[in-house]
Amino acid sequence: MKLNGAQILKTLLERQGIRILSGIPGGPILPFYDVLQGSSIQHILARHEQGGGFIAQGMARVTGKAAVCLATSGPGVTNLLTAIADARLDSIPLVAITAQVPQALIGTDAFQEVDTYGLTLPITKHNFLVRSVRELLEVIPLAFTLAESGRPGPVAVDIPKDVFLATEEDVSWPAPGGRTPTARAEDEPIDHLARLIRGARRPVLYLGGGIVHSGASMLARRLSESQDMPAVATLMALGTLSPEHPLFMGMLGMHGTRATNTLLEEADLLLAVGARFDDRATGKVAEFCPRATIAHVDIDPAEIGKIKRPFHSIVADAGDVLGRLLERLAPTPRPEWSTRARELRSRHPVYAPPRTEDPLHPVNLCRLLGEILPDDAIVTTDVGQHQMWVAQSYPVRRPRTLLTSGGLGTMGFGLPAAIGAALAAPGRRVACVSGDGSILMNIQELATLAEHDLPVAVLIMNNAQLGLVRQQQELFYGRNFSASHFHAVPDFAALARSFGLPGVRIEPGKDALARLREALAHSGPIVIDIPIHDGANVLPMVPPGAPNRVMIDEREPALTPA
Amino acid sequence: MNTTLLELIVRNHPGTMSHVTGLFARRGFNLDAILCVPQADTSTSRMLLLVANEPRLEQVQRQLERLHDVLHVRQRSDLPHDVFERMAPVWSTLSIAAE
Repeated sequence: MKLNGAQILKTLLERQGIRILSGIPGGPILPFYDVLQGSSIQHILARHEQGGGFIAQGMARVTGKAAVCLATSGPGVTNLLTAIADARLDSIPLVAITAQVPQALIGTDAFQEVDTYGLTLPITKHNFLVRSVRELLEVIPLAFTLAESGRPGPVAVDIPKDVFLATEEDVSWPAPGGRTPTARAEDEPIDHLARLIRGARRPVLYLGGGIVHSGASMLARRLSESQDMPAVATLMALGTLSPEHPLFMGMLGMHGTRATNTLLEEADLLLAVGARFDDRATGKVAEFCPRATIAHVDIDPAEIGKIKRPFHSIVADAGDVLGRLLERLAPTPRPEWSTRARELRSRHPVYAPPRTEDPLHPVNLCRLLGEILPDDAIVTTDVGQHQMWVAQSYPVRRPRTLLTSGGLGTMGFGLPAAIGAALAAPGRRVACVSGDGSILMNIQELATLAEHDLPVAVLIMNNAQLGLVRQQQELFYGRNFSASHFHAVPDFAALARSFGLPGVRIEPGKDALARLREALAHSGPIVIDIPIHDGANVLPMVPPGAPNRVMIDEREPALTPA
Repeated sequence: MNTTLLELIVRNHPGTMSHVTGLFARRGFNLDAILCVPQADTSTSRMLLLVANEPRLEQVQRQLERLHDVLHVRQRSDLPHDVFERMAPVWSTLSIAAE
């Protein structure tokens, strides 16, 4: 039988087990959309390619499997780039399939031609320009293998229009691609690491996103418990240990608590697993964990020694190393050290005014959200103050239930990622916590949300500002508030209604919380606009470039919502 | 400048060179000279890179190894340091021939 490139791609994706993909059609990709119509794959029509990219990311972040997004040539591709770069920085498996002008026109500045290969090269794990229909059979499974294997990441596949239309006789189908197992670590370095832990009096486990990718959360918790070893997490690893766990110290770094950063100052062994010593986590690197011997476990050899030279390192899958460490280590109580951790934690909680005084204080809002939402609810955030408030105060109890743009820090991530999460996890409640600045950066996806009627609640912490910019200007730029205040803010509830979604604004007052609970009681989509005080800051805060022990931690006066 | 030589075996297809040179530009590593010759089987090429011998060299090597199209990386401190300079006469012969 004769099949064209578009039909072959469709079948390859079906054979990969892809059930949903997102995208927007346009000229060169039309041959593929033509065959997609008769496929078992559901297509989610985004309203902007970046939204399509983040919808796919939402699916990938919830499932851990590579998700697919589509874009047409030229502006379709350039619009998608941010979502690809975002996936790269957070190690999210994504296969971005883009159409290109016909090969005969490549290099002629044809209509909607752009150098997709060149543009995606520095922001993908790998990229392909497919030159023949036969190459598709090799490239598509390989794209999934590369996206999911080792350290996950995005792969871009650019397909010229003539490749979609070219035909191939008697196709023999390749095996689907997928995660290939990582080489098992040698015994000796694990023995050595076990000896380091045995010899440590004040060890700390520093968990990164690699724990989540590896599915090793339970092993990390067991190691922490068996060794009485407090654990800190990066933004990407929140959910590894529940915030109620006595050994869990929450997020470290720029917006970590004084308890967490102080504990790291005192540690004599830092065991980093699947973490990359990002500047937001370490503060001034030379002064990070000054008393600690550093051991680093990562699946990516290039991460070892990139920022901080470890005393001991193992290149391997986090779960492999943690599991085999547990076999080697007898449970060892370190009562003095774990008591110190608990003491620090109770002495330096994240500050919030009493709920009765200030129910709409952002920290109180995040805690309340934790009470209202079920444990398996998925929370997405955008980027800014609200993101850090969520990271500090929303109780993330399970892995893959907080989806947030950590590395690239992309405003506009939250809403489309929430749509993707809802598509990938039917039956679960999804909440997108956003700000009035971020939400406008992909607001058009409200139309996608309305179209699919997904259980996504969008909560907008509205201070009519780019809040984290304003905060930095207040603290580090002499209160010179340049371009951080909005002088026109939309009526978000009315905006939601214009998209066909319910929208409410929670006015401050005695019944604010009751109204918020009521708004969240419905399972369908809703936009909830919540005014917050325009002077509220995310605290503590380590000034950029300073060591983590330098924390701005002024207590806020009791704030009342504006 | 203190330099060293890296030898790469790479998949021979268009784009590999961009991946390699792009990495140096993106990560702020120094790259002084490149020699790239297809191997006998034509599916792979051998590249010789003249790079700064700096503390980050190990990191450069690891980043190169991470590229899908780079199959093998090794330092060639056994080769004469002036290997690229020795090519200069060949190069100028070619330039004259073209004129």
